[in-house]
Amino acid sequence: MNLLTAVIFLPLAGCLLTLLLPKENEKLIRQFTLIWSLLGFVISLFLISGVTLDLRPASDSFAFDVNVPWINVPPIRYHIGIDGISLWLVILTTLLTPICVLMSWTYISKHVQAFHSLLLLLEFGLVGVFCALDLFLFFVFWEVVLVPMYFLIGVWGYDRRIYAALKFFVYTMAGSALMLVGILFLYSKTGTFDYPVILIALQKGALTYQEELLLFLGFFIAFAIKVPMFPVHTWLPDAHVEAPTAGSVMLASVMLKMGTYGLLRFCLPMFPTAARNNASWINALAITGILYGALVAMVQPNMKKLVAYSSISHLGFVVLGIFTFTQQGLDGAVYQMLNHGVSTGALFMLVGFLYERQHSLEIKAYGGVATPAPHLSTVFMITMLASVGLPTLNNFVGEYLVLQGAAIAHFRLAVFASIGVILSACYMLWLYQRVFYGRPSEEVTHHMRDLVPREYFAIVPLIVLMVWMGMYSQSFMPSISASNTAALAAIDSRKEVHVQNRTTLLASLKELIHVAR
Amino acid sequence: MLPANYMPSGEDYIRFLPETILTVAGTLIMLLDAIRGDKNSQKPIFGYFALASLGAALIAAIYAYGFVGPAFSGMLMIDGFATFFRVLVICIGILTVLSSFQYLQRENAAAGDYHALILFSITGQCVMAGANELIMIFIGLEISSIATYVLAGYLRDDKRNNEAALKYFLLGSFATAFLLYGIAWIYGTTGSTNLTQIRQLLAANSENGILIGTAAALMFVGFAFKVSAAPFQVWAPDVYQGAPAPVTLFMSVGPKAVAFAVFVRVFFTAFDSIFERWQYFVWASALLSMVVGNFAALTQTNIKRMLAYSSIAHAGYIMVAITAHNQIGIQAVMFYLAAYALMNIGAFAVVTHFSRQGEQYVNIEDFAGLGWKQPMTAGLFAIFLLSLIGIPLTGGFFGKFYIFQAALDAHLVWLAVLGLLNSTVGAYYYLRILVVMYMQDPSEATTTVPPLSPGVLATLWATALGTLLLGIKPSVLLDFVRSSSVFGK
Repeated sequence: MNLLTAVIFLPLAGCLLTLLLPKENEKLIRQFTLIWSLLGFVISLFLISGVTLDLRPASDSFAFDVNVPWINVPPIRYHIGIDGISLWLVILTTLLTPICVLMSWTYISKHVQAFHSLLLLLEFGLVGVFCALDLFLFFVFWEVVLVPMYFLIGVWGYDRRIYAALKFFVYTMAGSALMLVGILFLYSKTGTFDYPVILIALQKGALTYQEELLLFLGFFIAFAIKVPMFPVHTWLPDAHVEAPTAGSVMLASVMLKMGTYGLLRFCLPMFPTAARNNASWINALAITGILYGALVAMVQPNMKKLVAYSSISHLGFVVLGIFTFTQQGLDGAVYQMLNHGVSTGALFMLVGFLYERQHSLEIKAYGGVATPAPHLSTVFMITMLASVGLPTLNNFVGEYLVLQGAAIAHFRLAVFASIGVILSACYMLWLYQRVFYGRPSEEVTHHMRDLVPREYFAIVPLIVLMVWMGMYSQSFMPSISASNTAALAAIDSRKEVHVQNRTTLLASLKELIHVAR
Repeated sequence: MLPANYMPSGEDYIRFLPETILTVAGTLIMLLDAIRGDKNSQKPIFGYFALASLGAALIAAIYAYGFVGPAFSGMLMIDGFATFFRVLVICIGILTVLSSFQYLQRENAAAGDYHALILFSITGQCVMAGANELIMIFIGLEISSIATYVLAGYLRDDKRNNEAALKYFLLGSFATAFLLYGIAWIYGTTGSTNLTQIRQLLAANSENGILIGTAAALMFVGFAFKVSAAPFQVWAPDVYQGAPAPVTLFMSVGPKAVAFAVFVRVFFTAFDSIFERWQYFVWASALLSMVVGNFAALTQTNIKRMLAYSSIAHAGYIMVAITAHNQIGIQAVMFYLAAYALMNIGAFAVVTHFSRQGEQYVNIEDFAGLGWKQPMTAGLFAIFLLSLIGIPLTGGFFGKFYIFQAALDAHLVWLAVLGLLNSTVGAYYYLRILVVMYMQDPSEATTTVPPLSPGVLATLWATALGTLLLGIKPSVLLDFVRSSSVFGK
């Protein structure tokens, strides 16, 4: 059996097996899920050699390629494969699942069986999204992810969980409806759902510019909602705040990457001309997101909300990097996806640890935590500094590359974006100061205990990764770069059909109105 | 003029075998019920008898597929299309009977007439599925409808039942009159009631465009009423809410499926040549049904009423495929109706099981906490709801997928976009049930919920597995649908 297929379906098997375990034996369920997801992680590590040994620059081939028919008419294929971009996202997913099990060990106390089963189902969907090379298959996984996350938020979340879960579901569904129309339209033009085949057909010019623009917008809106980009970000703070810790971690670390991954994998290579023509206003939105997210994060009284808004800001960098169309920008964007997954995941986890101790997410309920819990404070410090973008920690590499790419494309983009870096230092350091420094109140001294071994096991891998990714990005970068070079080559090969130069939002709207008539 | 071979041949009887079996069985049940004459007639014996005869009819329908061709001088046409719908409605009948056992006992209702009426209704639907002739369509429709009117008011001491039956009957006969009037116009214009002949006459001679257009419009009113498509949908919420739960289960899929079958057959054979004329009003009706159904369902508190509005919305989706007017469109209609039958029967079977005596628990809020009190029922219900939303790996998703594929193939881009955005609205009210079931504390209704009866249990598992099968391997049904979506032109 193909290794990648095994990595995708192992969690699904685990999801079903969990349901067969005795419901009362919660400890057994936790142990089983932990071991099963660790097994998935270990197996996924074997994918690395398969991708990185195959480093041919500008090759558009995928490793672990499986391409078998699923449904005959219309021809839908089970086509999966990974390259340097998806490889690390898959590993990030398989790494975070066991960590999520560990961090939920005591926090999740009701409906334990259902929780772990859904967590594995979520892993199945997420890994599938990053591996699918058939547009239809991609859409299937894309929607499958919604269901477990909806339940994770709605059943195990905080007070306003139902509102948040519904909002999350309906927002994403609205976006994916447009994407489905886009996928069907591409099928009616090219007669296939197979992504590489569609790409070739499109490079030969299967679409008029108007069609390309419409399709680009359809896909872009679906992905932008998922990222989420300003101004369709409003579901994110609600979902993040209300989700249980494990849900927030999966949501921030992996699910948001579905949007940026989709932009990079599908939107850009398939519709390069429309993407270039619309890059200016998209970049403007990305920068608005960076600054807006950071400014709103600064005034949040709620820790989880603060981290959620910081996510919007960080994801703005990723979109900016993608829409610079430069090697550095793309490399930085992909690296930043992974960085954000590691450091924001860790932040959410640490906020979850604080909540488990004192049952409050309000910043003002804390203060002086460093005195009773020095280890927790140190770990939080490292994570916070990584998130700020301190050199030698991971985010620095990604942010630097994105800014460099932006500077190459348009210098003023880099100027505005770097303000976001400064702001992120402001809100993070201020948060740290208010929570961990000062004189601990009686309540804090009473509740706050330091990290227990289980929590160490959950957080240390992420800390190690933060340092590793910051100090030695060479372990990850070559494979990412090679895939990005290939993607850029595909985009640039259609430069000659580049009809208009940069157009404005207004021009795109006019075009749209014209089509509607 | 009678054709030379007006005497039916042996093969004709084989082609008509399912209807024959069902009629005989239905009549026998009525007779036996009268002969036994005891008061305890709610004993399940008639249910088993009905199941056996439906099983026999199912086998006969499949067997008759080996004898494809016209029967009784072209009055019936037993082709793949007819077989598909005959098998579909007979399966619907089996599932209806299975989920009615417990209900009839609970409500202390006479089982004899109930099962006889179900069998007669299915007979009428089988006739409709195979009808190749306007009068046959009308006869089939009347057999099916009259039985269903009576079923809607089956618990005659119940006020809601009476209201439902009366409304259904008055509005239904009004709509049937439109249909009949349309048939009269056609006959007056073309001198024929045979669909194939009408098609040939219209294709050769396009002079009477206005007359034929009017006839098509009149017949459209009749069909739109039967499939509960806007703007002829107003009866559906009241009737679905008032009728006994298993009857609603039956009504929402059986008569609807064959009404769509006849709709497709008439409009794709007889009126095929004037397709430009009817496409506009079907387009408008499709959009209107989706909007009215989905938005009205948002605010419902009664689950039967909500599912009624949802069924209007689903009729709208199917109309999208008809608007497309292409081969994929017919396939999409057939596939969707099968998928819709499975998921809707499942959902109504849960309602039947949950509502308890006198249907006291039919509010959405009553389902609070069911997910943790009776995980299996709720889990299967969740599958049906996710399928109704159109989440991948369920039959509902592929149904929607084929419908919108057909629409895009016919360049109905805006209808497709609006339809899919509508399905997002639809997601909201189905999700609300999931919210209630899994995210709220158990209500009084869920703490006292009885264990599943064997009949409902069988229905739920059969429909759930069918829904998942159509979602994971749609080819099993689609291959047959593809081969049978071509009419003898």
